[in-house]
Amino acid sequence: MKPAPFEYFRPTSVEEAVALLAEHEDAKPLAGGQSLVPMLNFRLARPAALVDLGGIDELAGIRVDDGALVVGAMTRQWDLEHSPEALPLLREALAHVGHTATRCRGTVGGSLVHADPTAELPVCALALGAELVTSRRRIPAEEFFLSVFTTALDPDELLVEIRFPTPVGPTAFLEHSHRHGDFAVVCVARSGERIAVGGVGPTPVLWDGGAIDPVGDLFAPAGYKRDVARALLEQAAAA
Amino acid sequence: MTRWVGQSIPRREDLPLLTGRGQFVDDVPIANPLHVAFARSPWAHAEIRSIDLSAALAAPGVAVALSGAELPDLTDPFAAGITHRLAYYAMAVDRARYAGEPVAAVAAESRYQAEDAAELVIADYEPLEAVVTVEDALDPAKPSLHDQVGSNVVVDRTLRYGDPDGAFARADLVVTETLRWERYSSTPIETYGVVADYEPASGLLTMWANFMGPMTLLPVLARSLRMPEEKLRVIVPKDIGGSFGIKSSLFPYMSVVGLLAMRAGRPVKWIEDRAEHLIGSSHQPDRVGTRELALTNDGEIIGLRAHVVDNLGAYVRAPEPATTYRPLGNYVGPYRVRDVELHLVDVVSNKVPTGPNRGYGCQQVYLETERTLDEAAQQLHLDPAEIRRRNLIPADAFPYETPTGGVYDSGDYPRVLELALETARYTELRAMQAGARDEGRLVGIGIGLAVDPSISNMGYITVALPPEVRQAPGYNPKSGAADWAQVRVSSSGKVVVTMGTAPQGQGHETAVAQVVADELGLTPDDVATIDAFDSHTSVWSVSSGSYSSRFAGIAAGAVRKASGVVKSQILEIGASLLEASADDLELVDGQVRVKGSPDRSVSLRRIAGVAHWDPHGLPEGMDAGIQASEVFHMPSSAPPTDDDRINSSHAYGFVAEVVAVEVDPVTWRVTILEYASANDAGTIINPKLVEGQTYGSALHGLGGALLEEFRWDEDGQFLTGTFADYRCLTAAEAPRIATAHVETPSPFTPVGAKGCGESSSETAPAAVANAVADALRPLGLKPSHLPLTPARLWELARS
Amino acid sequence: MIEVAVTVNGVRHERRVEPRLLLSDFLRHELSLYGTHVGCEHGVCGACTVLLDGRPARSCLALVAQADGGEIRTVESLSNEAALHPLQQAFHEHFGLQCGFCTPGILISALFLLEQNPDPTETEIRAELAGHLCRCTGYAPIVDSILAAAATLRG
Repeated sequence: MKPAPFEYFRPTSVEEAVALLAEHEDAKPLAGGQSLVPMLNFRLARPAALVDLGGIDELAGIRVDDGALVVGAMTRQWDLEHSPEALPLLREALAHVGHTATRCRGTVGGSLVHADPTAELPVCALALGAELVTSRRRIPAEEFFLSVFTTALDPDELLVEIRFPTPVGPTAFLEHSHRHGDFAVVCVARSGERIAVGGVGPTPVLWDGGAIDPVGDLFAPAGYKRDVARALLEQAAAA
Repeated sequence: MTRWVGQSIPRREDLPLLTGRGQFVDDVPIANPLHVAFARSPWAHAEIRSIDLSAALAAPGVAVALSGAELPDLTDPFAAGITHRLAYYAMAVDRARYAGEPVAAVAAESRYQAEDAAELVIADYEPLEAVVTVEDALDPAKPSLHDQVGSNVVVDRTLRYGDPDGAFARADLVVTETLRWERYSSTPIETYGVVADYEPASGLLTMWANFMGPMTLLPVLARSLRMPEEKLRVIVPKDIGGSFGIKSSLFPYMSVVGLLAMRAGRPVKWIEDRAEHLIGSSHQPDRVGTRELALTNDGEIIGLRAHVVDNLGAYVRAPEPATTYRPLGNYVGPYRVRDVELHLVDVVSNKVPTGPNRGYGCQQVYLETERTLDEAAQQLHLDPAEIRRRNLIPADAFPYETPTGGVYDSGDYPRVLELALETARYTELRAMQAGARDEGRLVGIGIGLAVDPSISNMGYITVALPPEVRQAPGYNPKSGAADWAQVRVSSSGKVVVTMGTAPQGQGHETAVAQVVADELGLTPDDVATIDAFDSHTSVWSVSSGSYSSRFAGIAAGAVRKASGVVKSQILEIGASLLEASADDLELVDGQVRVKGSPDRSVSLRRIAGVAHWDPHGLPEGMDAGIQASEVFHMPSSAPPTDDDRINSSHAYGFVAEVVAVEVDPVTWRVTILEYASANDAGTIINPKLVEGQTYGSALHGLGGALLEEFRWDEDGQFLTGTFADYRCLTAAEAPRIATAHVETPSPFTPVGAKGCGESSSETAPAAVANAVADALRPLGLKPSHLPLTPARLWELARS
Repeated sequence: MIEVAVTVNGVRHERRVEPRLLLSDFLRHELSLYGTHVGCEHGVCGACTVLLDGRPARSCLALVAQADGGEIRTVESLSNEAALHPLQQAFHEHFGLQCGFCTPGILISALFLLEQNPDPTETEIRAELAGHLCRCTGYAPIVDSILAAAATLRG
């Protein structure tokens, strides 16, 4: 399974990357590649051009700023997981994200932009009320995830960093997956009063305390997801 | 005096593999090959109106291409052992019959370019209604895949032994269970691979392929290519990355790559990718099986009936329908029942053709029997272990002929069952279960027993043909199980063993060195081993290869036989040099010496020196050198009788397993709490190698029973095309397995060893299915559809 | 075509390649380092795992272009003529391999695991191994091998 041909660019600044995305119709940014490269290999994704963000040093890094944990979009998941500043919620969630080798390459921003409905980091971002800072604006997590694999980003807009506010109150992360390291069937992240759930719809959603009406998939019928989600949500609420 | 057989010496195969120096088919050095990619049908069932390769041929880097439409001009359909003449070509000719079926092949300078070009193949399809499930295939209203057949039932045989009707009429209890098992496969981590090179002046087609037999398929392949067998040279690379039967089905792809090599005038290479492997290699059939057991009130099984439908996929690919017939000799398993009726049906449908898969037919038979027996135990208020005890063939009954013609060579089933129960601490497990049930936890314990057949008799497949066909004039019967080895002593006194078993990681060379070391009074380090199948130079027969766990019995048997002949030669030369009688001599530590007078000795090196450097000094009548090339053939290997009895295998091991599980009532995940396995594989050559086969085969069985599943929608679209969708158990889910052994040597194999490569793949599904059924019994739920995925158990709970 | 320069097992290589060339194919077919195996090309089986800048990476999920300027270690770098790496020795002694196809990727991941965690528990090892598929061993002998290697490396 080999990718279809594409042009390749390796900019060294955000401006350069944005310009390339604007200039080339059907160009995609390449972050860690752990989600995009499999799709290239299956030829499910066939961008005319790839803009490799790996050479933009300013996009990686972790700092604390004004009470928020600020994580550069190209920060590798493994680096965040093992960073002393990491929020416990993020650390717990990251342990469920794929496997060591995929976390060493996969990026925090990449996972958020890929917006898989069962992914852990989007659920955490929603629960924490994170702010996604792009090359041109700031988008709250509630407005960022629009649908399956679809975010509010424009094609020539780059996610630059994510601001995770310090949680107020208890935090918890819970996941049910069929095998260790699999995508979640259902995952739940709690930050104080905010509880977000993933795997029950096209995007992660904030739980309003009411009934969950999930969409089923190949391995988990809707009712199954409902039962699992209910159990995890009760557990999270009691944490 | 045995010193090395029975020891767990580390493997000589390891060092190249650990240091990245394995030689798998994609590593074989070949100059500048073209690379192949396939265009495959997106439709499960469709007429192919036309196929246009012109754009593909014009693509960058492309050298040659071949469409399925050309194949009837170039090849003959592959032979298969059924009465109907289905035309099975290596690619779809005018009709695609499974999603993923190759319709064309392109060869280009790189695999990347070949895939680009394959996308440019234009095929005009007219979709037809798809036939997907067993029920679809049995439905006369559905289209038939092969016009020559007229329906989708390709084999339908009823086999009767004894008086099953009488047994069922007088039974105190009849228990019936129907089990449905979806498709799975052993999915080795190395995929299929073929490199082909054609030499036009001599007409020799050479192929390197990770094909492990049975070598019956080489004449099948040659005949299909319209080539004499000796013009087809198949070389198996030193290393194969697992097969478990799956790589038997490689041969149609070998045909395509060979044809491309002939067309291109250059070597051509195809390495299958994982997507291709999942959709288009080989699967175990999906199956619906009903078992009826007739029992007395004491729990004695007096009658057994089976009604089975195996779904072979779009074509019957040799050696199918062997899935259905391979277990014939051991169909009754370890039980004494004599009155048996088997209604065996094979159907075709729009899925990839099936083939051998670890366990090959046995895991299905034992799932059906063991589940039904557990339900009988429930109804008779007998412990599942006890009902089995009451039915086991006793230890003094061997060799034991089963009603279906199997000859069980040796065994002590009661002892192995007790050992499994002890190893599992069965009484404590039941007590634990009782306590867990009081807490409302779903804990279950299951037992699975299997008579594990090894060394297939090639004649068993012919039972798929009705007796009238087999009795007709001009019919040539099939039988046989043989293999070959050469043992020689080099001019410097080193022992070298050559064989061609096509191993896939089982450690054959290590085991053989142990056998020869014992035979010739050496250490394994003194024994060099070469395992290299080359159809040009290996002495092979159609039954050669590593499948049906035949190595320890047959191949090691041939090695033992050859080393025995070499030993006689050594002793004869030694007798001459020592002026003693050969009967007074022994081989110890590389010396031939007079028994009782160890100072009267001569080294093997000296003896080899005479044989090679001064053959004039040899005893009269002896040839130069010291070597023996021997074929070991199972003498009991006969074609089926006219009443459909056959000894389908030649050695029969026994496996008894006890599994404890807990089922989570919310997630419906099955967690294995305990797994105990007691195994009798006859004489054990290397215990750690056997243990490795237990662990690996158990994981394959557990995967197929719990989570691994190939899925299609009602239009035959394939849904599980990645390793994220086809889910193998990982190390995090895999249990620790407590193992124990009994050895009842086979009287029929030279080393007394039986195969063990499939073992737990045959028992794990039965044991874990029984455990899950036991766990769910308090809820009044009875699972009968495998794999027992969380989704399926949840649906069951809802129903 | 693009220019890439990668250092593999201590040796620097410069090549002109198509941007879409996967690192796994580059290592195997450009550099003839056949020890890294390809099992799935979508990042699940782990057979292709190498160290990229000291961290495990699925080479089937990396374009060689992404590794430009980087340092790669493959299984071939674990031992020298003198001796096997303790991990390799442990796998040999504990029957941690059968067909050997998944083994190189597991050795690389185990190497990194033991660097990060010199005294892992069986549960931690199994969690790590969940990123690798083996169809031969049933995993227990691999766990035993890694536990043994960890003990040896701790001294």
